[in-house]
Amino acid sequence: MAATTASGPASERASITRSSISGGRRVRNGLATMLIYLAVAFALLPLAFVLYYVVSKGLGVVDVGFLTNELPAQVRRATGGIGPAIAGTLVITGFATLLAVPLGILSAVYLHEYGGASPLASAVRFLSNVMAGVPSIVMGLFIFTIYVLPRGDKGSSGLAGGLALACLMLPIVIRATEAMLRLVPGELREAAYALGTSKSRTILTVVLPAALPGITSGALLAVARAAGETAPLLFTIGAARQFNWTLGGPNTALSAQIFSNAQTGFPAALDRAWGAALTLIILVLALSTVARIVAARFTVR
Amino acid sequence: MSTAPPAPATGASRLARRGSRRGDDGFRLLTRLAGLTVLVILGLITWSITREALPAFRQEGLGFLTNRRWVPNESPGIFGAWTFIFGTFFVSLIALVFAVPASIGIALFITELAPTRVRRVMTFVMDLLAAVPSVVFGLWGVSVLAIKAPDFYEAIGSPLSAIPGLGGVFGGPYNGKSFLTAGFILALMVTPIITSITRDVFDTTPRGQKEAALALGATRWEMIRGAVFPHSRAGMIGGVLLGLGRAMGETIAAALVIGAGQSTGVRLFASGDALAARIANEFGEAEGTWRSALIGLGVVLFAMTILVNLAATAVVSRAGRKG
Repeated sequence: MAATTASGPASERASITRSSISGGRRVRNGLATMLIYLAVAFALLPLAFVLYYVVSKGLGVVDVGFLTNELPAQVRRATGGIGPAIAGTLVITGFATLLAVPLGILSAVYLHEYGGASPLASAVRFLSNVMAGVPSIVMGLFIFTIYVLPRGDKGSSGLAGGLALACLMLPIVIRATEAMLRLVPGELREAAYALGTSKSRTILTVVLPAALPGITSGALLAVARAAGETAPLLFTIGAARQFNWTLGGPNTALSAQIFSNAQTGFPAALDRAWGAALTLIILVLALSTVARIVAARFTVR
Repeated sequence: MSTAPPAPATGASRLARRGSRRGDDGFRLLTRLAGLTVLVILGLITWSITREALPAFRQEGLGFLTNRRWVPNESPGIFGAWTFIFGTFFVSLIALVFAVPASIGIALFITELAPTRVRRVMTFVMDLLAAVPSVVFGLWGVSVLAIKAPDFYEAIGSPLSAIPGLGGVFGGPYNGKSFLTAGFILALMVTPIITSITRDVFDTTPRGQKEAALALGATRWEMIRGAVFPHSRAGMIGGVLLGLGRAMGETIAAALVIGAGQSTGVRLFASGDALAARIANEFGEAEGTWRSALIGLGVVLFAMTILVNLAATAVVSRAGRKG
């Protein structure tokens, strides 16, 4: 501090060092930095808690029998497993993927390769963003009113659940694919046209393969999101205790099992919910990790 | 003009080209049809759920939105959605009060503070948070948080409720399943969304502006306030609105921890209900007008989230044009 009272070149040098910043400003800067760390802690602590509970409680429940046995007849009993729920999640999410991914990719091809800035394409792009914001439970209500209700008792099925999940995935796939198509350099397309290749062939054999890693990773993230969803399945898949590897007839899913077991509050049901939660999280994380590896491996030019 | 018959080879190639052009048109048509499905699905959603909700709308009129009484079991039942509309807004607001400062802080940490390696870890952690299914948060909320919360709530709430004017907000009874618990869980779910959007806009702050502020002797906080925030304001508002839309539509976690109560007061520790949560909890047992009214709640929720998302899109696109 003595430097500030002195005159000459020494004080000029001192005045641009940190110590010359006034106390109030330094305190404010320190306070802001502290708040930022606090914000990071706000996100990290609950996440750590949740993961700790899922792993510690889940590991006590999950074994081969738990993963392969049928659901118990009475939820309060500590018997049975969640095998049918795993099967249901795979079947329903798989069907939704088969619907939403090709449809989403084709829509994005239309938006980026054909539509561009035309009014129809702008409308589709805008409404696809709107659709991304539609709550997942509304997707469930939609499939219930349009598919399940008209069919009466036979309406509830894995197929209906898959339709609801596909509605949820479609805008995510469209957005991810269009972003990837935008990254494919125009020179690639022009080079193909110069060789006399038709537009559709260019898209199918040049553009889409070039964008494939990004599209794959976007699609996998959409699948991970759908696999974890509960609300669209509540009114669409019905209830089942036995394995159902088909799209017809009532089915069940991991997320639905976690929800219904958590609602009951019985200790045995809660244990089963934690076990199902661990299984579901591992499934979802595996999907999103693969997505990230695919994205990281192939986006390097 | 030539009358000579074309050589066989040329004919074949012309035929092939015509075939490929037909394939070309066909493919274009296919992609356009795929694009149109989005329009069709959104139209069908609006039409089908509104049609199913009509009996309830007809019975209640405007009271469907403003009446706070929901008595489904009598005949005829009374279906007023105000409790759930209020709860949806209140819980989403609580979620934003937690999530917005946290998200902005995390985004600043990632873009301004953290070294590259820590930044990568933090980005991964946010992806992890986003990947946890909402039903898992709900399970944790109902079987851990809601059990341990009441004591903590009372410790915070009773001294604060002694302050004149705050007695209602912080007053008891201190329920584990309450607006505050649901708001907190929802905050965990919207934080990754708001963070990823604010981080993206922070990242687009011109490097020159930040360095200019620092060169003028600004502290890091002054640089953030003077260069990063003004540049990112519209993007931040858009991110917050998208988070709000997500919080309003989030169903499962709220259904488990909001408490299925009837409160319509601004009381943090009371048990209330939200639109999506009520649909999820009651739909299984509902029939007739009751079910129609629950679908009506879905229509209200659909309209609310679309309005919020449109506002978000408008704000963000205006910011994009300006920048």
